[in-house]
Amino acid sequence: MSKYETVIGLEIHTELLTKSKIFCGCTTEFGGDPNSHCCPVCLGLPGALPVMNQQAIEYAVSAGLALNCRIPRYNKFDRKNYFYPDLPKAYQISQFDLPICVDGFVEYELEGERLRAGITRAHLEEEAGKSVHSGNSILGSDFSLMDYNRSGIPLIEIVTEPDLRSPAQARSFLEQLKSILEYTKVSDCKMQEGSLRCDANVSLRPVGSLELGTKVEIKNLNSFKAIERALEYEVHRQAQVYDQGGRIVQETRAWDDVAGITVTMRSKEESHDYRYFPDPDLVPIEIDAHWVERLTDALPELPLAKKQRFIESYGLSDYEAGVLTASQDFALFFEQTVAEYQNGKDVANWLMGEFSKLLNNARITITDTQVTPRQLAELLMTIDKGLISGTQGKEVLSAMFTSGLNPSVIIKDKGMQQISDSQALAGVVDQILADNPKEFERLQQGNEKLLGFFVGQVMKETKGKANPQVVNQIISERLRELS
Amino acid sequence: MISKEQVKRVADLARLVLTESEMLQQQQDLNQILDAADRLKSVNTTDIEPTAHAIPLTNVTRDDLVVEGLSKNDAVKNGPEVTKGYFKVPQIME
Repeated sequence: MSKYETVIGLEIHTELLTKSKIFCGCTTEFGGDPNSHCCPVCLGLPGALPVMNQQAIEYAVSAGLALNCRIPRYNKFDRKNYFYPDLPKAYQISQFDLPICVDGFVEYELEGERLRAGITRAHLEEEAGKSVHSGNSILGSDFSLMDYNRSGIPLIEIVTEPDLRSPAQARSFLEQLKSILEYTKVSDCKMQEGSLRCDANVSLRPVGSLELGTKVEIKNLNSFKAIERALEYEVHRQAQVYDQGGRIVQETRAWDDVAGITVTMRSKEESHDYRYFPDPDLVPIEIDAHWVERLTDALPELPLAKKQRFIESYGLSDYEAGVLTASQDFALFFEQTVAEYQNGKDVANWLMGEFSKLLNNARITITDTQVTPRQLAELLMTIDKGLISGTQGKEVLSAMFTSGLNPSVIIKDKGMQQISDSQALAGVVDQILADNPKEFERLQQGNEKLLGFFVGQVMKETKGKANPQVVNQIISERLRELS
Repeated sequence: MISKEQVKRVADLARLVLTESEMLQQQQDLNQILDAADRLKSVNTTDIEPTAHAIPLTNVTRDDLVVEGLSKNDAVKNGPEVTKGYFKVPQIME
């Protein structure tokens, strides 16, 4: 393997799900006409004063608790000063030395192994505006267009310890983090809308060394795939530089997803001096033990705990439990179905197979489906009773999916009721045996393959409604009668 | 003592262009302010809790309620240049 050890730390920005912005009453709704969700506060007009959104504090604390953080008694807000047009005040209200959450960790899994990465801190801050550049990127664009609808949406920045040792670990960690934040319902974590964003710090060091190498920051990572690819590229690039006896320059690089490379954005020499100081417009926040306790009690069962319980309670495999608990809504649907139909393994198979296929094809999530857990349970019971076959079940599910109707109604409508009545089927079987004397003779001589042929013929004759097990039984009886 | 280089650095960070004489004036003023602040160092603060704010208040918050802001026309009214409802700004990076 490589003679270098990879060291990765992540900074994750997550927009909180409040209805109004962090310091003013403007809506946080995504999109809208440019500058249509703005007021003097989020436009940074002179004299406008920020007022803290109570819910933003609650969400930030809940997120911190879900990430096993300690919530210090005091936190305060500071001004981070820099000139950039997405920041109309020329400073961002953030938290510097007294953040709202500190010293946490996230447990995650990779290839069956349970790993842990430390969370240094998570602090509250305001989101910046959005810029549209005249050219392809900020570099070299003649001008830019600013939309401040996003400016002032509450955000938490989560900073990890440099505990991740590979791009794959970074990706798995991030997937787990996203899942935790979604479970906690503090953020919708929509990467495509930018409500979850990630920057990565990467460095290499000789295997066995404890000293950290020079790190490079990578920005513009807006999908899990991009993160893994960018990190793989960067690890490879740095190893090459070292192999050729070169030095790594501390710098910020941007990931170019199309070209599949990272490019220099700015070097350390041009790095910012933010001149943080306490924001005089906002008083400190004091969070007492009762407050923390109330929010701790309100935390949901988190993804890994739920996964473990699914394995133990429903006899699911590690993989199945992982897929089902990746989304809280999916897990809930599973449990509601199992409450009506006890075979968890069966429910898991249907949800992960046919049901997921239908969801993917329709490009919707489980919360948008018309099918209820009770209906799915009813369908599975119908199959168990032998009233319809598994194959027919898929057809029924598909119809349930588009119509929202109960399976019994669909089965009746489609005239699909499986024929399990052996008396009714005997006639069909006998007719087919009589119509195919040569094949029947070979079957009698022990050519087992022909059993399938006859079952197939009966199915064809009954338009798939015959219960294949019953057909099998009847044919076996006929063979016995003749021997 | 704050050096002339430090004054220039701070001025650059604040996007201020200072003449030579302004630079000297700023250096003098800043040094006086720093001296004043230095005097606080002589106060014994061992048993005093750090203060983050001049007003002895915490947790001044509002409920998470959406309030109508400015109309989109009013929002950009003061913009030196406006295009399609956006503020138009000059080149950010070369």
